Amino acid sequence: MELSFQTVMSQVMLGLNNGVFYAILSLGLAVIFGLLNIVNFAHGALYMLGAYVALLGFTSLGPLIGMPDFHLNYWAALIVAPLVVGAVGIVIEKTMLSRLYKFDHLYGLLLTFGLALIIQGVFTNFFNVSGDPYEAKPDVLSGAVNLGFMMFPKYRLWVIVISLLVCFGTWYVIERTKLGSFLRAGTENPELVKAFGVNVPLMITLTYGYGVALAAFAGVLAAPIYSVSPVMGSEMIITVFAVVVIGGMGSIMGSIVTGLLLGMVEGFTKVVYAPASSTVIFLIMVIVLLVKPAGLFGRES
Amino acid sequence: MNRLLWIILILIGLVAPFFVYPVFMMKLLCFALFASAFNVLLGYSGLLSFGHAAFFGGASYITGHLVKVSGLTPELGVLGGTVFAALLGYIIGSLAIRRQGIYFAMVTLALAQIVYFIALKAPFTGGEDGLQGIPRGNLFGLIDLNQSYTVGGSPLPLNLYYFVFALFCLGFWIIHRTIHSPFGQVLKAIRENEPRAVSLGYKVERFKLIAFVISAALAGMAGSMKSLVFQLASLTDVSWHTSGEVVLMTLLGGVGTVLGPLVGAFTVVTLQSELSSVGSWITVIIGITFVICVLLFRRGFVGELGRLLKKSL
Repeated sequence: MELSFQTVMSQVMLGLNNGVFYAILSLGLAVIFGLLNIVNFAHGALYMLGAYVALLGFTSLGPLIGMPDFHLNYWAALIVAPLVVGAVGIVIEKTMLSRLYKFDHLYGLLLTFGLALIIQGVFTNFFNVSGDPYEAKPDVLSGAVNLGFMMFPKYRLWVIVISLLVCFGTWYVIERTKLGSFLRAGTENPELVKAFGVNVPLMITLTYGYGVALAAFAGVLAAPIYSVSPVMGSEMIITVFAVVVIGGMGSIMGSIVTGLLLGMVEGFTKVVYAPASSTVIFLIMVIVLLVKPAGLFGRES
Repeated sequence: MNRLLWIILILIGLVAPFFVYPVFMMKLLCFALFASAFNVLLGYSGLLSFGHAAFFGGASYITGHLVKVSGLTPELGVLGGTVFAALLGYIIGSLAIRRQGIYFAMVTLALAQIVYFIALKAPFTGGEDGLQGIPRGNLFGLIDLNQSYTVGGSPLPLNLYYFVFALFCLGFWIIHRTIHSPFGQVLKAIRENEPRAVSLGYKVERFKLIAFVISAALAGMAGSMKSLVFQLASLTDVSWHTSGEVVLMTLLGGVGTVLGPLVGAFTVVTLQSELSSVGSWITVIIGITFVICVLLFRRGFVGELGRLLKKSL
């Protein structure tokens, strides 16, 4: 098979496009894990929920509130969906997760697994599993742009750019600002931070809300690319778990970089040997477990 | 007292097909064994595997293939499925025990997903359709497992039932022996305090791996039984939903109790058959059960009962 530079680059760019989703989602998992010590199994379901907020806001919200001409447009959805899902997350944290901190961490995983089943189950009952198209992609972002070495869809480029901004913005806030220093201190020693008068429970709640809002943001970004379906989250979350195992959840930058790289590797595999592209991330996970069990950026406690 | 309880349970198992729909009973036995095997890991070694469907479903494909295509007798089919699950358990187990706690769960989930992809794509698994019409065949080449006996007007597949029941008893006995052996005590020690077990000189990794292989093999045996009962091996059996279901059964009945997984399997299988009319809402109900169980009674039915009676069940 001829491997032209262009075929490889176009698949790698499309892979990078998947990679930014992995990056945002694993970043959210890492932020939540850092402070709550919980692996949020519901992350995929909340990503799906974000996409549905955008879809339903566009198609059904208007008729529902008696204004058939009202459509929640794409830009508004980018703000609204994370807020809605963030609020859902805050309710989840306040009413359920907060009761589990004193028990084994596995219970958090089990609880969020149950929540994922509930959310996915509800949507499976009302929507087609094969998915619905989201047709509110703004005109500004349609068409293609010439990158010099290839033509690339403008929308996908936008997704890559905005996602990278959000990822590195989050990294900057956590690693370089005063607010972030509270967060990092809370990760290390919550009792001590409490003693300094920081409202740690509030911080935990908001962190969870922010983490799942990121997932919803990714969901809205994904909506115009993939069809919006009730199972989009469960397919995503298992891959993201593998990404997290490879990168280790100890480092924010680590989870971003691992997500991006693995997306590109997946794209590259599509050119070299397409059937392996759906499993290549899992195979890399196997290799990492054999060679560096703690993960590429992990610190095994 | 304990012996009396076992005798009563065995008697119930022996007469059950005359009172309860036998296919329901057999499904229950399959999942009860599956959950009990899972409990060896979660309950007695403290390892949460989120990929046990790989063994259950993988073995059911292997048994189905051996019986349907290679024409082996059912007991050899079950043996083949169980051995396959043990080997798969050895591979997945040796990778997964390299990470602890929450990572262990994620690793097993991801590795099971590879098995799922293989089941979806491999030429002999029938893809989306699965393996259908798996023959039950003749046990030892002699006893026709398809034969039913008419008792009180309804045909009962007693040959198959007692075969499944015998396998269940064998599997459950192995689990019982494992848990109550010195080996099982070491597992409990590792669960309670791994560094201390290490400092006492136990090769913790090896103990975990052996527990993993035993658990995987018996989960596989349950899957093999299931493929003979329903004459079907499908993608559902290897999917993460099934992995989640077995976690729920164990949790609901009582993690780390001998009878818990049986009670949990009974509850979930009953829920599924009673609520089959609600269709896919069943996923929501399973999810709600999960949430309630984690929030309100983490010890499960049997665990809570044991606490009330101040007795280990």
